[in-house]
Amino acid sequence: MVAKKCVAMLLAGGQGSRLGVLTKNNAKPAVPFGGKYRIIDFPLSNCTNSGIDTIGVLTQYKPLKLNSYIGIGQPWDLDRLNGGVTILPPYMKQQAGKWYSGTANAICQNIQYIDNYNPEYVLILSGDQIYKLDYSMMLDFHEEKNADVTIAILEVPWEDASRFGIMNTDDDNKIYEFVEKPENPISNKASMGIYIFKWEKLRRYLIEDKNTPESSNDFGKDIIPKMLKDGERMYAYPFKGYWRDVGTIQSLWEANMDLLEDSPELDLYDSNWKIYSRNPVKPPHYTAHNAKVKNCIITEGGMIYGEIDHSVLFAGVTVGKGSKVINSILMPNVIIGENTIIENTVIAENTVVGDNCHIGYTSNALEEPSDKGIKITVVGENLKLPSGFKLDRGIMVDSENLQDYQAII
Amino acid sequence: MRDTLGIIYTGESNVNLQELTLHRSVAALPFAGRYRVIDFILSNMINSGIINVGIITQNNYHSLMDHLDSGKMWDLDRKNGGLFILPPYVSHDNTGWYRGEIDAFRSNMSYIRRSPQNYIVISGSSMVCSLNFEQAIEFHKENKADITIVYKEDKDASVEDLSRHTLIKTDENNRIWDIEVNPNVPESDKISMEMYIIDKKMFEYLIEESVARGRYDFSKDILIRNLKKLKILGYEYKGYLAKIDSIPSYFKNNLEMLNLENFRDLFDKIGPVYTKVKDEVPARYGKNASSINSLVADGCIIEGVVENSILFRGVKVGKDAFVKDSIIMQDTEIQERVILDHVILDKNVIIRKGKRLMGQDKFPVLIRKHSVV
Repeated sequence: MVAKKCVAMLLAGGQGSRLGVLTKNNAKPAVPFGGKYRIIDFPLSNCTNSGIDTIGVLTQYKPLKLNSYIGIGQPWDLDRLNGGVTILPPYMKQQAGKWYSGTANAICQNIQYIDNYNPEYVLILSGDQIYKLDYSMMLDFHEEKNADVTIAILEVPWEDASRFGIMNTDDDNKIYEFVEKPENPISNKASMGIYIFKWEKLRRYLIEDKNTPESSNDFGKDIIPKMLKDGERMYAYPFKGYWRDVGTIQSLWEANMDLLEDSPELDLYDSNWKIYSRNPVKPPHYTAHNAKVKNCIITEGGMIYGEIDHSVLFAGVTVGKGSKVINSILMPNVIIGENTIIENTVIAENTVVGDNCHIGYTSNALEEPSDKGIKITVVGENLKLPSGFKLDRGIMVDSENLQDYQAII
Repeated sequence: MRDTLGIIYTGESNVNLQELTLHRSVAALPFAGRYRVIDFILSNMINSGIINVGIITQNNYHSLMDHLDSGKMWDLDRKNGGLFILPPYVSHDNTGWYRGEIDAFRSNMSYIRRSPQNYIVISGSSMVCSLNFEQAIEFHKENKADITIVYKEDKDASVEDLSRHTLIKTDENNRIWDIEVNPNVPESDKISMEMYIIDKKMFEYLIEESVARGRYDFSKDILIRNLKKLKILGYEYKGYLAKIDSIPSYFKNNLEMLNLENFRDLFDKIGPVYTKVKDEVPARYGKNASSINSLVADGCIIEGVVENSILFRGVKVGKDAFVKDSIIMQDTEIQERVILDHVILDKNVIIRKGKRLMGQDKFPVLIRKHSVV
């Protein structure tokens, strides 16, 4: 195997329970985003665009959709002779196999994979963030500082700082303190969960961590604090630009809506930094004679007969005559019948909504003064909502609790 | 269907398409908002289970090769079979310039001979349809035909339209008893789609025999000469057919995609239509945008009004611009307050602020690639 300078390890095994029905049968990185993408397209495209061609994707929770989505990595130009993308699920060992018990443990169980490429550096990524970052610049920074670990940080608004892992740094960006969710933050530099390590150092700490029974085998909770305590050279790499953790329904919805701004902060049109994805094999979308489409994103395969306002529609979505879709996200192949209203709703893949429905219904619309804090209704995948169905704002349905709501009609 | 080899001939003459084919072959002409003409015949073959396809090129084939690449997007990057692009070449018995289809087939005979398949489907590249070759070959085998020609009966076609094509006459057993090529006074409304099914052995023999006698025209020298000797049958295709052969027909055929019956016929009937992937961002509509009875591809940013039009990938329509009954190709920029009516814009055109362009049904305004108006 030809040695690689830097190997990326993408943590994609988390359940993402805060996304509710959206991750019921689906790992978080495979959740659709922005009309044609899935969350994992962002870190994978960033890698390709940064010249990193060897990526291990660590999967554990409900990986089927994610596995088939990644395939051999061809959409991201990662079908390579040497390296490319490799899916790394937990596996049996001589004594016994073990599930990944934490982010650090997942890497630890795949030391052999990384050793194969004998890299100088390892880049750790997570699969639940939307951002564009040139990892090669971060790697240059890491080398320039001769750091043992470099952590990408984002300056967050001060009022939010207490929700993040905060890095306290000196003027040279050297980290001298790390505080997880501080009550009184003295810095607003939040860790983005993106790390570059010297592999030789990380390898040692991973093995040490494995042999520490009380450890939770987590980068943020165990490895980073331990390295700091031992006085390793740790640097913060300041990131500027659009970054969103889309781990909750609210943040996922907001990040989608951000794309509808007049000039969205996240520029997807940069031809030097394309976000790649598995493209739908579908014709251009069609807007019918009575269609009204404004302030929205519509993807190929769409058939629009109704009205779309401030919404994101994925590939192959049909919206029937007289229907209105407002402030909503319709994931791939959702079908909306006629004269139905969908507001402030996320509808997952392949769900069919009948005629004359009202999803995201509220009896008191005035109660909510602004977009911020709107309650989002979520409809799970592969459901059939019968005609005349009403669903209140803020409710989440899937195949298990759908019956409870049908009675309300 | 693993026993069938597909050959697509892309060397058709294209004088009637004027500037559209100045730098590309008909096969590489953009069609239906996202595709090139060749995508349809190629997808038909793949959806019918053909896995070995050779594409014979002649004129301006750079754009076609760029589009087809390794055949990956059509799932034709295979170890056995797959996509073969067959450009002209010069050798001791070959000038590199084909004197007709027969010459082209002869130049590529070594590829054809080497292919393990026993049947050949030959097709031109200027017809857009959704044909299931599996059924057509079944018909060919069942009726023990020597050659089967796929045709479309078009009762509404004008004389002018018919006289641009090869027409056939069939009897009650589908046997073809007469063929006329570009007749001045058409006597039939059965248009040959220039798609033929033939046994490979027979094909090899007919090609060699014609070349030996200095004959190079497939229709006239092979089909018409052998009407009596060989069992040549017609197989009727009943779906939507677009014949890309002139500027008005190109314009009309594209806009016909806005009729959902035609659209569904092409895209939903026998399987997906594959094309080169561009990784475009989904289409985006602004706050004052509107799009009525139109097809809009990914990568478009629409701030103005679009009506009865086809927008290819990456088209920008500025504020207060109005695009009506028009075909707008890839990466074109239509700036603020522009009005377009019956216009074809080729790729990478820029129409500056406030300009107006108006054409007519039969005479759409055609703006060349890379123009700035």
